[in-house]
Amino acid sequence: MHFGLMQLWEGGWVGAILRGASVTILVGIGAMLLGLTIGIACGLIKWARVVPLNWLVDIYTTVVRGVPELLIIYLLFFSSVEFVARIGTAFGWAGLAETGYPFLIGIIAIGAISGSYATEVVRGALAAIPNGHIEAARALGMPRTRIFRRIILPQMLRIAAPGVNNVWQATMKDTALISVVGLQELMRTAFVGAGSTRNPFIFYLVAGVVYLAITFVSQSGFKRAERALVLKGRT
Amino acid sequence: MDWDLLHRAVTTIGKGVGTTLTLASVSLALGFCLGLGLAVMRISGNRLLSGFAEYYSAVFRGTPLLVQLFLFYYGLGQFDFVRENPILWWVIGGGMHCAIMALALNTAAYTSEILRGGLMSVPVGLIEAAKAAGMSRALRFRRIEFPLAIRQALPAYGNEMVLVIKGTSLASTITVLEITGYAKRLMSQTYAIFEVFTIAGIFYLLINAALIFAIRRIENRLTSPGR
Repeated sequence: MHFGLMQLWEGGWVGAILRGASVTILVGIGAMLLGLTIGIACGLIKWARVVPLNWLVDIYTTVVRGVPELLIIYLLFFSSVEFVARIGTAFGWAGLAETGYPFLIGIIAIGAISGSYATEVVRGALAAIPNGHIEAARALGMPRTRIFRRIILPQMLRIAAPGVNNVWQATMKDTALISVVGLQELMRTAFVGAGSTRNPFIFYLVAGVVYLAITFVSQSGFKRAERALVLKGRT
Repeated sequence: MDWDLLHRAVTTIGKGVGTTLTLASVSLALGFCLGLGLAVMRISGNRLLSGFAEYYSAVFRGTPLLVQLFLFYYGLGQFDFVRENPILWWVIGGGMHCAIMALALNTAAYTSEILRGGLMSVPVGLIEAAKAAGMSRALRFRRIEFPLAIRQALPAYGNEMVLVIKGTSLASTITVLEITGYAKRLMSQTYAIFEVFTIAGIFYLLINAALIFAIRRIENRLTSPGR
């Protein structure tokens, strides 16, 4: 029984998988940054109950968290791809829909998904800040921006860190779904390799191992960051 | 508004609701049993058992469900001994069975973490009291530890159930025609991308809303008499 390990090495697939993994990490980081931006903005809106906007945020988080990720990706990708391809052709860049576009839509779709989860994390962290701290700062005559910067933000970051870690893990795994619309990331590379060498087992196994490695490395980084945040608070 | 199209979309995609619910309920039932076993292994004193449960949950929670699904469906299907073994082929060969297995193994890992948290939250004093009253290990688990743990774990388990409902959409990538599968097929026939996927999304939202409502009611029922 041969598992196709030799084919993996000889066919130059190792390089392809590493390239795919770097695209996966880039999409993950981009989506996470977008998600955190959305999460902080929407979390603040929900926490402060900004009246017309918090209803919109409620609808956003309920819909995005209640609908499968795959459906959101399909909707965003297929509903816009033709339009974008037409614009790309008009500006003499016919390859736009094949190369850069799935990457961009991947970041937007996954970012919107992780943003909805990050919103809840940020809102929960803001709600966990004792009201007395904010009242005390106000009593000292701090301006609102400084209260936010000195009192709210540092505590929020510390409380939200484990939740943000969870969102990151989920975001990283969600990037695999972008492969269904053709972005050449880790999962897509494994899919193409599995098809052309007829050794799907080894390719999906390797893809799984690479995802695990990404998870473990980022996990230990997060553990260190969390420890740093806690220690700073106690000294 | 094109009412004919909407009607067609609702009836076509509606055909997938049963499959989605079957996928979710069977894999949740299997996953709960596996997860409970893994949680008990994890908190048992045996290092081999708890080590296995820990690695199992790290591997299944650290990789995307899509990778697991493809590894089982395409990867295992590559081997002759799997194809020649009737039982293994029954599990792996069809998209439906394979999706149920992948979802069940996946949710078992998350369920084991949730139930472990619930089991660890049971006060030691209660277990000691049950021991002092002469309860056997099985009776203690059934009457004291499990009911208290499930009460503690129910809100988190409700979230996991919603995640499994959402996860069933991946079955469409291995040829299962559930809600997303029908939606994708209808989209390629009609090109009404926005309408089709919006209706599919509404189906999922309704299923999840009903599920969350049911869980809330069970939660209220479990907590109120004790207090």
